[in-house]
Amino acid sequence: MKTLLVSDHDNKTLSEATAKALSCAVSLGGEVDVVIAGKGCRAVAEQAAQLSSVARVLLADADAYEHVLAEPFAALIVSLAAPYDAIVAPSTSSGRNILPRVAALLDVMQISDVSRVLAPDTFERPIYAGNVIETVRTTDKKKVITVRTTAFPRAAGGGTASIESIRAVADPGTSQFESEELHASARAELTSARIIISGGRALQSRENFTKYIDPIADKLGAAIGASRAAVDAGYAPNDWQVGQTGKIVAPDLYIAAGISGAIQHLAGIKDAKIIVAINKDPDAPIFQVADYGLVADLYTALPEMAAELAKSHA
Amino acid sequence: MKILVPVKRVVDANAHVRVKADGSGVDLSGVKMSINPFDEIAVEEATRLKEKGSAAEIVCVSIGPAEAAEVLRSAFAIGADRGQLVIGEGDLEPLAVAKILKAVIEKENPQLVILGKQAIDYDNDQTGQMLAGLLGWPQATFASNVTIEGDQVQVTREVDGGHQTVRLRLPAIITCDLRLNTPRFAALPSIMKAKKKPIEQKSVDSYGVDLKPRLQVLKLAEPPRRKAGIKVKSVTELLDKLRNEAGVI
Ligand SMILES: Cc1cc2nc3c(=O)[nH]c(=O)nc-3n(C[C@H](O)[C@H](O)[C@H](O)COP(=O)(O)OP(=O)(O)OC[C@H]3O[C@@H](n4cnc5c(N)ncnc54)[C@H](O)[C@@H]3O)c2cc1C
Ligand SMILES: Nc1ncnc2c1ncn2[C@@H]1O[C@H](COP(=O)(O)O)[C@@H](O)[C@H]1O
Repeated sequence: MKTLLVSDHDNKTLSEATAKALSCAVSLGGEVDVVIAGKGCRAVAEQAAQLSSVARVLLADADAYEHVLAEPFAALIVSLAAPYDAIVAPSTSSGRNILPRVAALLDVMQISDVSRVLAPDTFERPIYAGNVIETVRTTDKKKVITVRTTAFPRAAGGGTASIESIRAVADPGTSQFESEELHASARAELTSARIIISGGRALQSRENFTKYIDPIADKLGAAIGASRAAVDAGYAPNDWQVGQTGKIVAPDLYIAAGISGAIQHLAGIKDAKIIVAINKDPDAPIFQVADYGLVADLYTALPEMAAELAKSHA
Repeated sequence: MKILVPVKRVVDANAHVRVKADGSGVDLSGVKMSINPFDEIAVEEATRLKEKGSAAEIVCVSIGPAEAAEVLRSAFAIGADRGQLVIGEGDLEPLAVAKILKAVIEKENPQLVILGKQAIDYDNDQTGQMLAGLLGWPQATFASNVTIEGDQVQVTREVDGGHQTVRLRLPAIITCDLRLNTPRFAALPSIMKAKKKPIEQKSVDSYGVDLKPRLQVLKLAEPPRRKAGIKVKSVTELLDKLRNEAGVI
């Protein structure tokens, strides 16, 4: 068994998601190589080399890979695929963009969002917005897998893998990067945060997110999330959305303020250790899954909470 | 320009699914089925492009049971012009669906294919990317904005940390995210007109593609349910529980 892990990074830092997907790759058994494709991304290769149980790091440093465009990136992975029994990537936006293209080019059916490895060919994965767990066995010789990273621990450090430069393959040149707008934030990242506070439609405005959610996130060192209703209404940026079609999270503590608890939202928070719901409707479905429920108006409860946290942190 | 939109018939987003007692499948008897919500957005986007003059015709394709004709009618009511119903029993995997779509595309020659980013039954998020790979076309997944400019299309994509804008040479594949648009509410005259739009029927076997499943489903199960915990009376009590009972702050 030999596995190729496709890494996810911003040309500077290897993502947490990659370190978690590595744990899944390792549980397939056998050797794991990591491929880093990007531009000016040697530092990322060095970080990958330090993860435990990485055999080799393959570094493809070229203009074509700077923005993770699917066409050149998939072509590179396919060119490397021959000696590997499995190709694995985290279910991040780039993993989900690239890997199915790779799978089709290899004539393999991808297994999306693996949450558990039962055997090297048998996996569990959530379907129907996480309401059903499917156990599947693949009959494909080569396996192509994306990993639900919240289901795996981060791989440990202490590794000393070698780094080998590899050559770029021909870029089909059918797509072109134009621009990007990434929301830099000093806060914890949603998918790896220990504490998350999320706001829903009840927040009513962008300003209210800042006024009512920010102070609590500051005090708890929490990441901020949102429901789709809040994102659609423009109260929160799209990358804050938690749920079936947003981010899947697994914090120790998830606080949902003014969120009703639609199944699509719950799909994203099933693996939270503790769920707190603050909602003024005692019958809101979110209370059926909350460990601690507070029936209250968030416009009084959140400032009170911020004040009490300020007292105890003083 | 012709736009092709694949639409899937799936469990309605508001329906509650249950696994059959023997774990062999999901019990769909009496459960409401609808057009996949992302595909509805794809049809809406194609319709807007047509209304803007960027497209001349919208063809929808659905692969599934005979009842999938209903989702083609939903697409017609929004603005699609005609449909192809590819009939086959049982769930086909994205790889097989992509192979059938490729065969359809080679006959229809659309310049743009807009799919949903994922079907909300199996949450695979694969078909569009696979199709792009099989055709050797460029792809833009998770689109939140689409603009046609001559023989190119500019697409803004939702990515983990924000947005990315790319430009693709046509023909191209786009998969859409929820934020791309809000589908119109089909008015009665459109629904009446939808009944008259043509649907061509074929069988999945008529394409000569290998449909053999690659994955064996061994079991379906419902995950352990989270139980409702307790209601606290005040913020003070809540913080006390979080500190001293749960130990998470
Ligand atoms: C295909 C599909 C995918 C989807 N994916 C997602 C997803 O990934 N993530 C997601 O979140 N949603 C998703 N949705 C949408 C989902 O179905 C719900 O519409 C959405 O989650 C509702 O958001 P909300 O709870 O903020 O709003 P609402 O349902 O409107 O709930 C607002 C809540 O706030 C409470 N409230 C109002 N005022 C106050 C107050 N002053 N104090 C306290 N409480 C108050 C109300 O009692 C209510 O419970 C998806 C839907 C579809 C069809
Ligand atoms: N059986 C099908 N018939 C038509 N379109 C489909 C079918 N399956 C998937 N699709 C298209 O592919 C998209 C992604 O589906 P999936 O890869 O299964 O999550 C859907 O939103 C549809 O646009």
